[in-house]
Amino acid sequence: MLADRDRIFTNLYGFESPWLEGARKRGAWDGTKQILERGIDAVIAEVKKSGLRGRGGAGFPTGLKWSFMPKEVKDRPHYLVVNADESEPGTCKDRDIMRHDPHLLIEGCLIASFAMRAHVCYIYIRGEFIREREALQRAVDEAYAANLIGKDNINGWPFDCYVHHGAGAYICGEETALLESLEGKKGQPRLKPPFPANAGVYGCPTTVNNVETIAMVPDILRRGAGWFASIGQPNNTGTKIFCISGHVNKPCNVEEAMSIPLRELIETHAGGVRGGWDNLLGVIPGGSSMPVLSKEISDHILMDFDSLVKAKSGLGTAAVIVMDRSTDIIKAFARLAYFYKHESCGQCTPCREGCGWMWRVLTRMGKGDATMEEIDLLQEVTKQIEGHTICAFGEGASWPVQGFLRHFRPEIEKRIREHGGRHSAPMTPLAAE
Amino acid sequence: MSFRRLAPADQQPASFAFSEENRKAVDQWIAKYPSGRQRSAVIAALWIGQEQEGWVTKAMIEEVARILDMAVMRVLEVATFYTMFNLVPVGQYLVQVCTTTPCWLRGSDDVVAACKKHIAPNPGVISTDGKFSWMEVECLGACVNAPVLQIGKDYYEDVDGAATERIFEALRRGETPNAGPQHGRHTSEPEGGALTLKDPKLYDGGYAREAMRSSGSGTTDAEAKKPTQGASDREAPAQKPPGAAT
Repeated sequence: MLADRDRIFTNLYGFESPWLEGARKRGAWDGTKQILERGIDAVIAEVKKSGLRGRGGAGFPTGLKWSFMPKEVKDRPHYLVVNADESEPGTCKDRDIMRHDPHLLIEGCLIASFAMRAHVCYIYIRGEFIREREALQRAVDEAYAANLIGKDNINGWPFDCYVHHGAGAYICGEETALLESLEGKKGQPRLKPPFPANAGVYGCPTTVNNVETIAMVPDILRRGAGWFASIGQPNNTGTKIFCISGHVNKPCNVEEAMSIPLRELIETHAGGVRGGWDNLLGVIPGGSSMPVLSKEISDHILMDFDSLVKAKSGLGTAAVIVMDRSTDIIKAFARLAYFYKHESCGQCTPCREGCGWMWRVLTRMGKGDATMEEIDLLQEVTKQIEGHTICAFGEGASWPVQGFLRHFRPEIEKRIREHGGRHSAPMTPLAAE
Repeated sequence: MSFRRLAPADQQPASFAFSEENRKAVDQWIAKYPSGRQRSAVIAALWIGQEQEGWVTKAMIEEVARILDMAVMRVLEVATFYTMFNLVPVGQYLVQVCTTTPCWLRGSDDVVAACKKHIAPNPGVISTDGKFSWMEVECLGACVNAPVLQIGKDYYEDVDGAATERIFEALRRGETPNAGPQHGRHTSEPEGGALTLKDPKLYDGGYAREAMRSSGSGTTDAEAKKPTQGASDREAPAQKPPGAAT
C-alpha cells in the first residue's frame, strides 16, 4: 500500500477542513512564490521530468502539453481551462478534490497558468455538481481574500480564477466541446487542427487540463520530480486516485501508486469482490469508455497506461467498475450503450445514428431476440463509428462494445440459442432501424 | 443524442423577468468573461432563470437573448442541448435517479421502483400532491456511492429502495433529510472507516514542506533553458500555407 507520506490528496474523504486554514496545515500554498521564482522553463522542465501524464483519460504528458503554448504572448491573451466536467461513468475523483481539497486545485491553477503565460483561468465544472461548485467558489473567494490570487497577489503572478458551470452534457468533457460550451454555445466538438494551444477559447491560445492533473502539480514542484517519478513504473509515474465501484464489498475512492496490480487494489482497498475473487466476471478498468477486461486478464493486470493498452484496454480515468458473476452482462453493456446514445452530441452521423443502433441491437440481444449474424454486424458497426467522427466520443462509444464482444461473445450466443433466435422483424443491415 | 423541444404554447407563460437579485447575479456572471464575450454567461443565466421559475420558458429564453445580445435561436439551441434545463414544469422536488451502469449494478432499479410507487408510475409526471416529479438521468459522477439520486442541489448516496422512500416521506412532511451517504459513511471512504490517510503528520504541516526545505529541489531556470530534445516537440505538424508545395 502506498505510504501516507506519499499521498497528495490528504483530505480525499473530507474528514478535515477543506478551507484555507485547514489546507495550509496540510501543506497547500506553501512556497508557491518560490516555485514561481524558479521560472517558466524550470517549472515546465520539472513537470516533464516528473513524468506526469494527464489524469483525465488520454494520459498525454502534461509538461509537454504546456510547452505547446506560444512562447510569447502577442495580441491574444493565453488561457488555462480546467476540465472539471467529470461525467465518465464510474468516475468520481475530481468531485472529491473540489469539495475536500479545492485549494490544491486553485494553487495548481496559478502555477499552471504561470507556466503557460496565462493570467486567467476558467474552471468548467459540470452542472450537477452544485454543492461542489459552491465549495470551490468559496475556496476561490478565500484565496482572493488572502491575496493568494488576484491582480496584485503575493505570489507575484497576476492571476484571475473563475468558476464556470455546464448544465448536463457528457460531451463537454471533450476539450473542444468544453471550449464551445464555455463560449456559450452547444457543446459540439471542434475539428483539430487548429489545436487549442493555437486557437482555443475565444480564439486564443488555451490549454485544457483535468482537475486531478492540475491539483497534483504544486506537490510535485514542492517535493521534486524525482519523488513523483520514483512512484509507479517508468512512463507511468506517480500516484492516481482510483474510483472502485460496482460489485465490491466496500466501494471507495483511494489514492494509490500507479501500476498497482488490479487485484491488489480491489482486495486491499475495496474489501474484495463480492463473493470472493473467483466470483469475478469482468472489470472495466478506466471508466465506461475503456474496454472491459475478463477475469483472466484481471488476475494479473497492472493498473497503468501502458499495461492496460497492452491488454487492449486503457487506464482512462482509473474508474474501476467491477462486475461479479451475478451480472447480466449484456444488459450492463446495453445500458452503457444507452448512455452513449443519450450523450452523443449529434454532430457526426456515424456516432449519432450508430450509438442508437448499437443500443437497440444490444437491448434485443439482452433478450436473446437476435441472430448470430447480428453479432458480427454489431462488431462491424463499431468499426464504422470508430475513427469516423470529429472527436473521440466515437471511440468512447465503440470500444466498450468491442471489448464486450471480445470477451463475452459466448454469453450473447448462449442467450440467442436459449431464446431461439430472432422473433421480431427480420434484420436489415441499415444504420437507422 | 437526446431529443428535446420546448413545452407547447398553451403551457408557456406570457412573460418572464429576472428578480432584481437574480438580474444582479446574471451581471456578476457576465463580468467573469472578457468584454464582448457576455454570451459565455448563457448557461448561467438560464440556470438562474430555471432556479427562479422551476423550468425554462420561451419568454425566459427571449429575455436571456436580449440581455446577452444573442439571437433567440442561439439561446434556444443551448436550452435544448443541455439536459439539465427542464423544458416543462417539474415538481417542487425534482428527483433525478442515476441509472447508468455503475448505479444499476448496485441496485438503481429498486430506487426507480420507489419513485414509481411514491411519485408517479411514469417519469416526468408531477405527483398528485404537486410536490414531486422524477426522471432517470445519466451518470451523476458519484459512482463509489452508488446508487445515487439528486434532489435539487443535493446528492443522496448509498441509497436503496427503503432509504429512497424514507427520503421522500421526510420531504413530504416538510423536513430536510440529510444529504450524502445514507448508510453511515462519511463520504467516499470504504465502509467501516478509511484505511488510509491516518498519519497525523499529514495534518500538521504535511510532508511536502520538509522535502522542499531539505532538497532545495527543482531544476533551475538556467538549466531548463538549455536546449533539449523536447525543445522542438509539437502537438502536430505545422500547417502549411495554402498553395505550398507538398
